[in-house]
Amino acid sequence: MDQSELRQWESRCTQEEPPRCRAACPLHVDVRAFCTHMAEGDLRKAWGVLCRTLPLPTLLARICDQPCRNACLRNEAGGGLHIAGLERACAEASGRPAPAPPMPRRGLDAVILGGDLAGLAAAWDLSRKGITVALHTLSTAEAILDGLRRPAGHAILDTLSAHLAEEVDTLRRMGVTFHEGPLPPSQAIDEWVASGHAVFIAPVAYPLYCEEDQPPDVVTLGTATPGVFAAIPPARPGDSEGPDETAPGHSPVEMAALGRRAATSMERFLQKVSLVAGREREGVFSTRLFTSLADVVPLSPVVEPPEGYTADEARREAARCIRCECMECVRHCAYLAEYGGYPKQYARRIYNNESIVMGTRQANTMIDSCMMCGLCATVCPEGFDMGALCLDARRSMVHRDKMPPSAHEFALRDMAFANSGTCVVARHEAEKQNSTWLFFPGCQLTASAPGLVESTWCWLQRWLPAIDDAKRSGVGLLAHCCGAPAHWAGREQLHQDTLHTVESHWEELGRPILVTACPSCATTLRNGLPHIPVETLWEKMAEVADKHGLEPFGTPHPWKGDLVLHDPCGTREDEPLRNAVRALLVALGVEYREPALTRERTECCGFGGLVAEANPPLADKLTRGRAERLSTMGTHAVTYCAMCRDRLVKAGTPTAHMLNLFFSTPDTTLEDCTPPAPGYSQRRENRVALCERLKGRSADAQPAPAWASIPVHYTEKAAALMEERRILDSDVRKVLHHAMQSGRWIDDTGDEGVRIACLRPVVVTYWVTYTIDADGVPLVRNVWCHRMHVIDAGGRQ
Amino acid sequence: MSSMKVLEGSYSGLRCAPCGKSLEPCAVELEYMGSRFNVELPACPSCGAVFIPEELAMGKMAQVEHLLEDK
Repeated sequence: MDQSELRQWESRCTQEEPPRCRAACPLHVDVRAFCTHMAEGDLRKAWGVLCRTLPLPTLLARICDQPCRNACLRNEAGGGLHIAGLERACAEASGRPAPAPPMPRRGLDAVILGGDLAGLAAAWDLSRKGITVALHTLSTAEAILDGLRRPAGHAILDTLSAHLAEEVDTLRRMGVTFHEGPLPPSQAIDEWVASGHAVFIAPVAYPLYCEEDQPPDVVTLGTATPGVFAAIPPARPGDSEGPDETAPGHSPVEMAALGRRAATSMERFLQKVSLVAGREREGVFSTRLFTSLADVVPLSPVVEPPEGYTADEARREAARCIRCECMECVRHCAYLAEYGGYPKQYARRIYNNESIVMGTRQANTMIDSCMMCGLCATVCPEGFDMGALCLDARRSMVHRDKMPPSAHEFALRDMAFANSGTCVVARHEAEKQNSTWLFFPGCQLTASAPGLVESTWCWLQRWLPAIDDAKRSGVGLLAHCCGAPAHWAGREQLHQDTLHTVESHWEELGRPILVTACPSCATTLRNGLPHIPVETLWEKMAEVADKHGLEPFGTPHPWKGDLVLHDPCGTREDEPLRNAVRALLVALGVEYREPALTRERTECCGFGGLVAEANPPLADKLTRGRAERLSTMGTHAVTYCAMCRDRLVKAGTPTAHMLNLFFSTPDTTLEDCTPPAPGYSQRRENRVALCERLKGRSADAQPAPAWASIPVHYTEKAAALMEERRILDSDVRKVLHHAMQSGRWIDDTGDEGVRIACLRPVVVTYWVTYTIDADGVPLVRNVWCHRMHVIDAGGRQ
Repeated sequence: MSSMKVLEGSYSGLRCAPCGKSLEPCAVELEYMGSRFNVELPACPSCGAVFIPEELAMGKMAQVEHLLEDK
């Protein structure tokens, strides 16, 4: 990922965009933080937020005309926040004048002509930047206030003069020199400019100096004379145009913002830097932040009485703030929530991770933990796809040889096993020489429920010809992995190689139509081999039900239980498939419910993207979360992906594969349809046994290795540890066989009869503790493994 | 080079079956991802067979493996 790609990724996540209120405030007050503190009753912090942004805060906080209120998202749920009332309450309760530490002077000078609020605000900002300010004014306090829109009838009106005087005093202490009396003549401006001063002609003085000039630039307020800036008096809405609670006059916030704009330009002029760069979002702008109102309860505003909010009223009004933020994806994804941030931050972490030359790549696990299920892209208003970002990062890690070896090794070994001669079946239907269709059950259904693969294949042989207008027949079978694990692992070459092997089998079998049982296989094959026709088992079954009614399904049990349907995440973009599944369930009289996150918003079971390999604790959390949410909708779940089923069962939700339901009989119970999920070793054995049943042992089959035939027993503890630590029955057998053959093991003299043996078949060292029973059969009691290996044992090895 | 002590306790109750000798703490060199470590581990004083206990393999060793994989 290069810098520009990073920027593109970052720009699609709007979480860091300001909320509407802040964007609508010409001074960009952090209204969200202000409301948060006010709702907590922390007035000191709330006042701190105002003082950080507002010039002359003790005055401006009392007369703010809240342009943010119209922009407030609360308008769609009860009414916009009454921020002006909250600001007044805050100022009244804790609004001390800002401290005026003497600023170190930078040797830069500015002159302000006109002491209206814009002039005073400019003086405030310039002085805080260490610029020496001389302010020439004719205006009295009353004149300044008279020109501003103020809250009509509010008790606070009586105190405004005092607060203005207070802030003028603060300005003096900050070092601003006030020149009261008639404003100087125009020639004086030329002299100041000639001596390097920046000059601001405030709105009140504009008619005096600039009436016949070209209007100043809207962004910089620059005039035809470099160094001279001016602001036209803003429009004064009449009585009829002003909001109800305000008297006519200039918007105080708008006036202050003009002063701020002038001060920014003057500082840039004095520093001799660009006047225009990076000012796109100065003043009011529109924000891209998305905030969902889905869970927001409408609440009416708390009305501000003429004497102002009480502390309790202010807290209640502030508590109505929605605290606008997006976080749509994070709310819906435990993976995104796991790392404490949001996609924009994650994109940067991934970029940094890739840029590290020496040191720890701390984002590796994060990158390898994404399920790549696409839910984030579906819920994000900008379509940010964390899966695509992580896939790019994984491919880059593989390419640069920086992918942690342990991350996906077990899954890739399993894929290699599923694609080995002991598991692959590629054949026509019995006694047929060609295939119109080719059933592709996927490597997980063959591992999880080999019996269902056989039943389904037989069923397809009978019923696919029955819905074919051309009366074609012949349903072959291809037991092979689609290559999804290699794709998820970022191993593009391996993925392509796997697809090519599938393609070769397809060619050899006469280019039939693939019929996949697994939704992920359908997606992977369609994307990887777009020239091969791929249909899904579920759509074909729905067609059969549509044409032939219930007859093809025999007399399945009419399921009326509390069934909840779980859509596998591989179906997110396959609406026809999801609809076919529902049609099929209805046709078969199966009653089911749907969870809140369903169809294109379904959740991953915790297998997608190989998260279960790279981050087993997170994968377990994901599965438990989904299982719990399904359990609130029904006692049993039903799904149509073998891996989803097995993971949900392991997490404690009895889950049936749809095929379990279809091949049931009136005597079948729901428990019969939700068998336990087989462990890793059993899955391998299931594939091998299925392959042998479907192919028969051929003459050229390799003899089973010696270690495969030794008898072994396991304690329950050992069997559980093997699952947890991903140690296979074959790994243990190799260790035991090696110990028996070599006579090399360790005796534990403290635990009579216990032996400890180890072996490193390739890169992982496996340890096994066992005893030998009366018949000479090892009973395995414990297993563990590590990847670090001994290269020198003091010269004795 | 001195070796790091990574295990507490005694493993003298373990006996190398082919040699019949109790395991003793020995300096052992371990390797992963190109990094090498000298550690003290129980080994047979005769044939050098090394024992890596479960708590080390699944604990500190797994942590170091993970760290090295992220280097």
